Amino acid sequence: MTAKKIALALLLLTGSAQALAETPKDFVAKYTTEAGAGFKPSAARGKSFFTKEFGVSKDMPSCASCHTKDLNSSGKHVITGKVIEPLAPAANPERFTTTKKVEKWLKRNCNEVVGRECTPAEKADFIQFAIEGGKA
Amino acid sequence: MKRLMVLLLLALGMNVAYADGGKMAVPENAKWKEECGSCHIVYPPKLLTANDWQKLMGGLNKHFGANAELDARDNKDILEFMKKNAGSGERHSATSLRISDTPWFKREHRSVSPKEWVHPEVKSKSNCSACHKNVARGYSEHDVRMPGGKRWEEEEDDDD
Repeated sequence: MTAKKIALALLLLTGSAQALAETPKDFVAKYTTEAGAGFKPSAARGKSFFTKEFGVSKDMPSCASCHTKDLNSSGKHVITGKVIEPLAPAANPERFTTTKKVEKWLKRNCNEVVGRECTPAEKADFIQFAIEGGKA
Repeated sequence: MKRLMVLLLLALGMNVAYADGGKMAVPENAKWKEECGSCHIVYPPKLLTANDWQKLMGGLNKHFGANAELDARDNKDILEFMKKNAGSGERHSATSLRISDTPWFKREHRSVSPKEWVHPEVKSKSNCSACHKNVARGYSEHDVRMPGGKRWEEEEDDDD
């Protein structure tokens, strides 16, 4: 192996390590920045957003319809019956660690329950709520 | 020795490929497994036609009652894989886009009684693994266990 190849391999390794190193707090920070100057994430606001009945979907009026009111316990998709692992990082360390997954599920679920994509402020509040215990 | 290994590998591969009917070889694709398999078992591409997969992947925001949207890139990649390995002919097609509504599915399951379909361990026709025990590794009639653990009694079947 040449020095160049080793350097490349190292770069790739550290690159993938960085990609894995996202934490729930990183997401709160990212969405807080996107929300604009003066925004401060609030777990209390996240909690009321999470339990709010939007009335868009008959079967799943709120996020809690499937995720339950305690993010530390498993939920169940009201239509498919699929078991949903806990959303609180304390109960499920895999949560909020991959941008792709976080974006994918927020997009799907916000469109379905809220009737539109969620704003960066709403996302920051919600993840802050999940970090701070996640019990509604 | 190397040649022997290659021959063996080929022979094994052929076994799977030729065992249609009793067994079903399922092609591999990491993205398909990850994205489709995170909500339900990954249904083999050959169970619907390319045209049906295209319609299904075009309506993922209303996917049998759930929003299953993917980003454009993943959607395209997975659809390509599905189409490449899709089934053909009317027997693998259904206007509902449900595999369980295709003539092939209905014929294969013609001996399953209505009572067995609504058994609490089965619940839905989409729940393949309720009876097909090793479905993640491919389908085999020998692996079928009916609700309550009863083995499937094999019968003459000329269909593939």
